[in-house]
Amino acid sequence: MKIILVGGGKVGTALARQLSEEGHNVTVVDTNKARVEHLTESYDVLGIVGNGSSITTLSEAGIEDADVFIAVTGSDELNLLCCMFAKKAGHCHGIARVRNPSYSHELDFIKKQIGISAIINPEMAAAKEISHLLRFPGASKIDTFADGRVRLIKFALPDALDGVAIREIPTRLKSDILVCAVERDGGVIIPNGNFVLQKGDQVTFLATQEKAHAFFQQLHLPVQPVRNALIVGGGAIAYYLSQELLENHVRVRIVERDAARCVELAEQLPGAQILNEDGSNREFLLSEGLESTEAFVALTNIDEENVLLTLFAKKHSNGKLVTKVNRLEFDDILAGLDLGSVVYPKYMTCDYIVQYVRALQNEAGNNIKTLYRILDDRVEALEFTVHEESAATGVPLSQLHLKKNLLLCCITRGSKILIPRGGDQIQVGDNVIVVTLEHGLHDLRDIVEH
Amino acid sequence: MNYAIVFRLLGYVLMIEGALLLLPAAASLVYGEWMVLGVFLLTAAVSAGIGYALHTIKPRSKVFYMREGFAATSLCWVFISVMGAVPFVLTGCIPNPVDALFETVSGFTTTGASILPGVEDLPKGILFWRSFTHWIGGMGVLVFLLSLLPLTGGSHVNLMKAESPGPQVDKLVPKVQSTAKILYGIYFALTMLELVFLLIGRMPLFEALLTAFGTAGTGGFGFRNDSFGSFSPYIQWVVTIFMILFGVNFNAYFLLLMRKFRRAAASEEVRGYFVVIAVAVGIITANIYSMYNSFGVALRQAAFQVGSIITTTGFSSCDFDLWPTLSKEILVMLMFIGACAGSTGGGIKVSRFLILGKTLVKELKTALHPQVVAPARMDGKLLNHETIRTTNVFIAAYIFIFAASFFLISLNGFDMVTNFTAVAATLNNIGPGLEMAGPMQNFGCFADPAKLVLIFDMLAGRLEIFPMLVLFMPDTWRRF
Repeated sequence: MKIILVGGGKVGTALARQLSEEGHNVTVVDTNKARVEHLTESYDVLGIVGNGSSITTLSEAGIEDADVFIAVTGSDELNLLCCMFAKKAGHCHGIARVRNPSYSHELDFIKKQIGISAIINPEMAAAKEISHLLRFPGASKIDTFADGRVRLIKFALPDALDGVAIREIPTRLKSDILVCAVERDGGVIIPNGNFVLQKGDQVTFLATQEKAHAFFQQLHLPVQPVRNALIVGGGAIAYYLSQELLENHVRVRIVERDAARCVELAEQLPGAQILNEDGSNREFLLSEGLESTEAFVALTNIDEENVLLTLFAKKHSNGKLVTKVNRLEFDDILAGLDLGSVVYPKYMTCDYIVQYVRALQNEAGNNIKTLYRILDDRVEALEFTVHEESAATGVPLSQLHLKKNLLLCCITRGSKILIPRGGDQIQVGDNVIVVTLEHGLHDLRDIVEH
Repeated sequence: MNYAIVFRLLGYVLMIEGALLLLPAAASLVYGEWMVLGVFLLTAAVSAGIGYALHTIKPRSKVFYMREGFAATSLCWVFISVMGAVPFVLTGCIPNPVDALFETVSGFTTTGASILPGVEDLPKGILFWRSFTHWIGGMGVLVFLLSLLPLTGGSHVNLMKAESPGPQVDKLVPKVQSTAKILYGIYFALTMLELVFLLIGRMPLFEALLTAFGTAGTGGFGFRNDSFGSFSPYIQWVVTIFMILFGVNFNAYFLLLMRKFRRAAASEEVRGYFVVIAVAVGIITANIYSMYNSFGVALRQAAFQVGSIITTTGFSSCDFDLWPTLSKEILVMLMFIGACAGSTGGGIKVSRFLILGKTLVKELKTALHPQVVAPARMDGKLLNHETIRTTNVFIAAYIFIFAASFFLISLNGFDMVTNFTAVAATLNNIGPGLEMAGPMQNFGCFADPAKLVLIFDMLAGRLEIFPMLVLFMPDTWRRF
């Protein structure tokens, strides 16, 4: 597909890489010449220096026959304007990033009036993810499938499961969960039943919410939602997160160093306690109950500060720790630090767009409904909707030659959720969840070895 | 809140109270009151025992933050009052526990309001304990604790801040412990000095001790039914002068000790304090001259009463309820002004009135010239906004508490002057009010619920309201 990408910042760069690797023809537009040059040198994309909202530039980029138009510049208004012009000039799907909280209630209206296919608010998405984590604090990462009915949950292996083979888990803990992926020593394994878990493993499993709950209870991991949270950094994520938490009767304290922003927050969030202080003031954090908080969320704009704050909080508190990290470069280092949950808003933006593009690609065929790239981009979890008969449907799973390093995790059929066994078949109308090490699966057909 | 460290501190305080209870026990021993001696020893043992048990709690973090400082201060005052009331009940001197608590709180908060109609028949040990609570409460239990314990970390100044009166609490020297020691040193030395002067006036040692305790803490429990009416003019003058001295900001004494006479004399608050006393004594002397027909007597009576009321001591050398209305009104106004910040006295404090006056002048200037930059200053330094704000909020809280108490007390069914002055006398830690709460009356006539309200007022007045109100904030009690 032909994709025009306006904005070559962090998200733009990640998208350019990802989309070009998946075989799309990507044209990047940015006003910064150096940036464009860097992108064209690093990835197999075409670069154009210019203003993304000018028709001249857009024609130069080939807007007439573009399929997808993505606007991820730093300015919301510019993104919307680009998409609007692109829509008028060509026949493409527009995707815009809009972050300003004052638009957050008006997204539907904007979408309809301007004719944009999708609007992404990464801060709101990040806040939703953090809020999920705080409601189920035993997990370090949660992704949802099947409209939230099925969850992909990552957690650090507790001592109780050290040396246990995966096929023993259902009998031992009377829990119906499916282990999908294990991170060990910097690598990822999609395990079979004989795989023996070890201390230090990061385990990702798939289950419904109730079953995950029961499983964690068996393991004596925390399952009750946190009742209070200390948030450092009062940006947009903090605002969305606090709104979400306050609705769920969680008491919220926000530490923000900018006095004017504090007044704004105090006005917008009357239920939260806003504290005006530098979040890196150790004494202050301790005096405000860091030791007794049930959740500590580091959301400042500086990644290094967030990491340090979380490490400091880990030393003093037994609560749930969440760290926001903007830059994607050092994710492997962070994974080694045991920071609790790390949230990458930029990853989420990127994931969403890639997922959208893949779904567009095969509109008639078997759609990808949801896509998550888990475990630092090395594993993908996909949800397909089965629209038509194919090689993968109507055959008992035991006779299906699935690709290597691919696990068929779950079939949702109507309101039923099946953990698939050898005798089960995929039928038209099902939703199928697959976890794989292979990138770029587009269709359910691709899961079968040809 | 870090409960462990608060309980640990309460443990220390109760152990100290156990030790202090040995002094009245000694008094009972001297006078051969065996039953009272037993009660004091038993209470001391129980107090020390509970204290020891609490002090063994090991807190995870040993740091006092504002929250713990406030909570520890107010809880500590409640605990010592409850423990201090035990001897009154056990000896049968005050059988009703609420009355006993009232008497003890009145003692520790240096109010000096009594529910006892007659005190001359009380055992000596009990009389000693009553007056001794004034001395303990005057400078503060926690300040005493801080002077004893080699506590490390800067956070303990939060305890001193919560307990010491005044809009600004400054350390005299860099270390909290040294500051507390200096304060108690000055306090002890002045008490001794008064004791010497009283003994020179041929006052018996026991009575001289009780007088010194009552004056030093600006408390006001009498040990004769007519308070100081029947003492010699010399004794009355000594007491008058020392009451006024104990109402002076102790920082001034520290500056005198450091031979910084000019700075000590430059304190606007101390100057204002003496001006108010001089003006009040002058007017009242003129007003009551006709009652006594002697300038000397009128001056002495006026000075004694003014000194007693403005420092919130509450001794009396005559029944001032019989004075002309003008004089009584001046005394009621003095009740609210109170002593200097950083003294042992209560009331709103002279410095707060100075701050309010200066803010008013500043606002008037701003009204005339909206662009003017005219910051208020005190003692040559600019008053920061924070101080002005807390002073204003303090006054507002004071008025709310006063109004609420006034209403609750009026349910008791007494007249307005009684109710008004009863609240004023307890919230300002003075002791006697007017009419049924007057100097020759007592608070025994109030019903128990009214007494509980007054007990709260005494504690709120002594701790300057915020620590007591903080107890009612749910945030104080949450771990996070």
